[in-house]
Amino acid sequence: MTDVLGKSIKRTEDPRFITGGGRYLDDIKLQSATHMAILRSPYAHANIRSIETAAAKAMPGVLAVFVGSDIPYNPLPMAWPAGGSAGIQNNINTPRVLATDSVKWTGEGVAAVVAETPEQAFDAIEMIVVDWEPLPAVVDAEKAIADGAPQLHENAPNNVVFEWSVGDKAGTDAAVDGAEVVVRQRVVNQRLIPNPMETRGDIGWYNPGTDEYTIWMSSQTPHIQRLLLAAFVMGIPEHKIRCISPDVGGAFGSKIFTYADMPLTLFASKALGGRPVKWVEGRRENYQSTIHGRDHITYLEIAGTRDGTVTGVRVKTLANLGGRLSTIGPGIPTTLYARVLSGCYKIPNVYAEVTGVYTNTTFVDAYRGAGRPEATYVIERAMDLFAAEIGMDRAEVRRRNFIQPDQFPYENPSGLGTASGGAKIYIDSGNYEPAMDKALATAGYDQLDAKKAEAKRRGKLLGLGFSTYLEVCGVAPSKWIGAVGEGWGAAMWESSNIKVHLTGKVVVTMGTQPQGQGHETTYAQIISHELGVPMEDVIIQHSDTQGTPFGYGSYGSRTSSVGSTAAIKAADKIKAKARRYAAHMLEAAPEDIVIDGANYSVKGSPDKVKTFQEIAFALDLAFDAPEGMEPYLDETAYYDTPNCTWPFGTHIAIVEIDEETGTVDLVRYVAVDDVGNKINPMIVDGQLHGGIAQGVGQALWEGAIYSDEGQLLTGSMLDYALPRASMFPQFELGETVTPSPVNPLGVKGVGEAGAIASTAAVANAVMDALRPLGIRHVDMPFTGQTVWRAMQGSKGGQA
Amino acid sequence: MAEHISLMVNGTHRELDVEPRRLLVQALREDLDLTGTHIGCDTSQCGACTVQVDGKAMKSCTMLAVQADGASITTIEGMANGDALHPLQNAFWEKHGLQCGFCTPGMIMTAADLLSRNPDPSDEDIRHAIEGNLCRCTGYQNIVAAVRAAAGALRDGASVPAGA
Repeated sequence: MTDVLGKSIKRTEDPRFITGGGRYLDDIKLQSATHMAILRSPYAHANIRSIETAAAKAMPGVLAVFVGSDIPYNPLPMAWPAGGSAGIQNNINTPRVLATDSVKWTGEGVAAVVAETPEQAFDAIEMIVVDWEPLPAVVDAEKAIADGAPQLHENAPNNVVFEWSVGDKAGTDAAVDGAEVVVRQRVVNQRLIPNPMETRGDIGWYNPGTDEYTIWMSSQTPHIQRLLLAAFVMGIPEHKIRCISPDVGGAFGSKIFTYADMPLTLFASKALGGRPVKWVEGRRENYQSTIHGRDHITYLEIAGTRDGTVTGVRVKTLANLGGRLSTIGPGIPTTLYARVLSGCYKIPNVYAEVTGVYTNTTFVDAYRGAGRPEATYVIERAMDLFAAEIGMDRAEVRRRNFIQPDQFPYENPSGLGTASGGAKIYIDSGNYEPAMDKALATAGYDQLDAKKAEAKRRGKLLGLGFSTYLEVCGVAPSKWIGAVGEGWGAAMWESSNIKVHLTGKVVVTMGTQPQGQGHETTYAQIISHELGVPMEDVIIQHSDTQGTPFGYGSYGSRTSSVGSTAAIKAADKIKAKARRYAAHMLEAAPEDIVIDGANYSVKGSPDKVKTFQEIAFALDLAFDAPEGMEPYLDETAYYDTPNCTWPFGTHIAIVEIDEETGTVDLVRYVAVDDVGNKINPMIVDGQLHGGIAQGVGQALWEGAIYSDEGQLLTGSMLDYALPRASMFPQFELGETVTPSPVNPLGVKGVGEAGAIASTAAVANAVMDALRPLGIRHVDMPFTGQTVWRAMQGSKGGQA
Repeated sequence: MAEHISLMVNGTHRELDVEPRRLLVQALREDLDLTGTHIGCDTSQCGACTVQVDGKAMKSCTMLAVQADGASITTIEGMANGDALHPLQNAFWEKHGLQCGFCTPGMIMTAADLLSRNPDPSDEDIRHAIEGNLCRCTGYQNIVAAVRAAAGALRDGASVPAGA
C-alpha cells in the first residue's frame, strides 16, 4: 500500500463541491421551517425611545415579532479579557441578543420578525417603527479617547476598554531614549472586512418533546458555541443543546464567535412551539454585523546602533474594538499581537502599551492572522525604516538581528515566556537566513538597481519589499493560554475518536472544524499512514457536538499541529490494543508483535501474521476476547500541545508604480515559507496562495471606511475592494523545511502565514519605490489616489 | 399574483408558478431544490450564482424567474452525468481549484462560458473572464490553473457529459 502522508493527494471532499452537492447552511431545508429577518439600527449611536411592532405583526405570513425586552437571555459572553487574571481592568460591554435601550453601531439588531417565508419577514421588518434619539458618534480610536468625545458606555470612561502593557518599560525606555539612532513613525493598520464567500446563518430548532435545542450554524467552533450558548447566554444545561456546522463556505476567523442571531433563532423556535427558525445573513448584514479585523493605530519607535544592531522597540497601539466587544476581541491586540512584536529578531528590549477603545463601529475580532499580521506589519516596517535611517541594506540589517539557529529555545522579551505560574512559551526552532537568501535569489535582489532603471525608462517606479516574518500558531498550551494570566477563559487542547468497525473501515471523529482547509483529506492521510489502511477506508467526521468529542475548533493555524497530534494519539491507542489482541490471536507476548503497516506479526516468525482488518473483525465480534479485554477498537485521545509552533519565512513583493497616475501594480510575488513538514503539499500551497491574496488585498485595495457619523461607506461588495483574479500575478512559492520539534509530524500550520507575511512585504515594496521621492511612509491601502497624493505632496504640489 | 413559467433546466422540462419578484436564483434554489447555485452577495458582485442561460453565463440573481420563461438553463448539477465529470470539474479537483467550495459552481459555469468562446485562453484571458466571480480562499491561482488544464483537456478531445 502506498504511503499517502506527505503526498499531494486530491481532496476527498471535492466531489461534492464540484457537482453542487455541498450542504451549506442555506441549503438545509427543514419541515415546517420559518424564516427570520432582523431589523438593524440605521444609526451608529442612538437611544431607543420605543419600538412599535403592531403593523409588522399584522403583515401577511408573520408569526412573531420580537424586541430586546422579550428576550430573557444574558448579554453575549466575552471570553478573553486583556491580561485576564493578571489584574487588568477590562470595562466589558457585549451585545444583547437584541438591543434594548441603545445601539452602538450601524447594524446592531433591534427587532426580529419570524414569518412563513423570507420575503414576508423582510417585508414586515419595514413596518416596524423605532422612535430613535440619535446621539453623536465617534468612529476613530484616537478621537474616541480625546477629551469631549461622545461617550459610549457608562462603565468605560473615555471609551477605554483596557490599558495593557507588556515588556520591560524601564529597560526599554533606557535603551530607546539613550540610543545612537531612533526612528519614530505613526502607522495605521486599517480595518478590514473578512468576506467569506458564504455569509453566516443559523437554523434554530427547539424540540418541545425532549426540551432540547438544536442549532445548525455556519461556525468554526460548534463545541465552544454549545458551551457559551448554554452556560453563558441562555442559562440552559449544556447537554440540552446540540450544535452542528454543515459545510462552511469560508470563515477566516469571522465564524469563531458567538453572535446574537444564534440564541435568537433558538428563542424564536421555542416561542413558536418548536417550528425551526432559519436566518441567513445578507451580504450587507455581514458587513455590518459580523466582525471586522485589524484597525490599529500604532506609534512605533525602533532604536539601535549605526552598525545595524537593533537594541529596542517601543510601541503604543490603539486597538479599535467597535461599539461592543466580540467574543475574544481584547485578546487579539494583546496576547496575539504585542507578545510577538519582536518577530524573528533578537531585540533585547521590547515594550508595548495597548489601549482597547470603543467606537461606534462594528465589533473587531480575529481575522486571518489576528494580531500577528499587525505585529509583523509594525516590526517589518520598523526594520525598513531603521535600515533607511542608517543607510544600510535592508537584508543586511535583518541578517544582523536574526535569532540564530543555536539560540533556540529563545525566550522573547515582549513576554511570550513571562506568563505567570511558571508556564513558559519559547520560540523553539528556526533558521531564518536560508529562507531569506533563497527568496532574495529567486527575486533577483542583486539586480534591483538595474530593474529600477529599466522600469524608470517605462515611466514606472519599481520597488521591492520584503518581510521576514515569524508566526506563532498551533495555539496553544492550555496552561499558558488559559489559567495563568493570558486571560483566555478556556483550555486549547484537541480531541479525536477512532472507531474501527467490523469490516475494517475506520471512522475518525474530530473536535476541529473545517472551513475549506481540506481536513477530511489530510486527517485521512495521517490515519492511513498510522494504521496502514487504505485512505479510502478512512472517513473523517466533524462538526456536530452530538457524536464528536469536545474540541476547540479550527482557527489560529492550530488544526494540523494540535488536531493531527490528537488523531495520532488516538491511533496509537488503537494500535496498542490491536497489538494486545494480535498477541492473543498469535499466542505471543504483546512486546513480540511487530507492526508493519496493517500487518501484525510475531518477531522472528513473519508467517505468523494477522492483518489489522482481521484483528478488528475478531475483536469487534469478541467471541474469543481474552479475560479483561473490552470488545471493539474504539479509542479517544485528548491532546494538549506543550508549545506553540513557529512558522517563518521571507516574502518578497515587487511593485511598479505609474509615475503619472500613482497606480500600483504588483508584478511579482515570491514567498519562501518554512511551515515544517507537510501533510499534503498541494493543500499547503493553496493555503499560502489564499493568505497571500488576503494580505496583498489589505496592502493595496481593501479597507472598511466609515463616515464621521458612523455610516459604513464600504457597505457592500460594490464598495469594498475585494480582490479579483485580474489583480494578482502568479505567486512563486519556495520552501525551506525545519520540522517543528513540538509534534510527531513536525508540522507547524499554514492557514495564516500568507496573510501575516504579505501585507508588510507589499507595503515595504511600495515604500521602496517611493523612497527616491523622499517619501518615508504612507498608510495603507495604496490605492492610486493615495499614492498619487503622496507623490504630489513630495513634489510640493497639493496633497 | 403568481406567474406561470416553463423552462428547461439541466435538460428537464419544468413548470413553475412564481411571484413576479422572484429571482431566477431563488426559483432554482427554493422551487427546484438546485442548491448548488449559491448566493454570496446582494449586489450581483460575487458571481456565486452564475448559471448558463441559453448557453451563456449569467448571474442568476440579475434575472427574474419570469424572464427565464422559455429559456434553457444549465446549473452546476447539470454539468456531470453520473460519475462522468465535466473536464472543468475534473480540472478543479486535480488542480486544487477550490477550498471552501462556495464560489466553485459559479466559477465553473463562468469558465465553461469562456471555453465555449475561447478554447485556448491565456492566463490573462482567464483572469479577465472570471473577474465577475469572487473567491476569498484560493487567491485565484489554482482556479486559473484548473481552467487552463480543462481547456487543454478539451482541446485534446476530453468528452463533455451529455446535457452539459
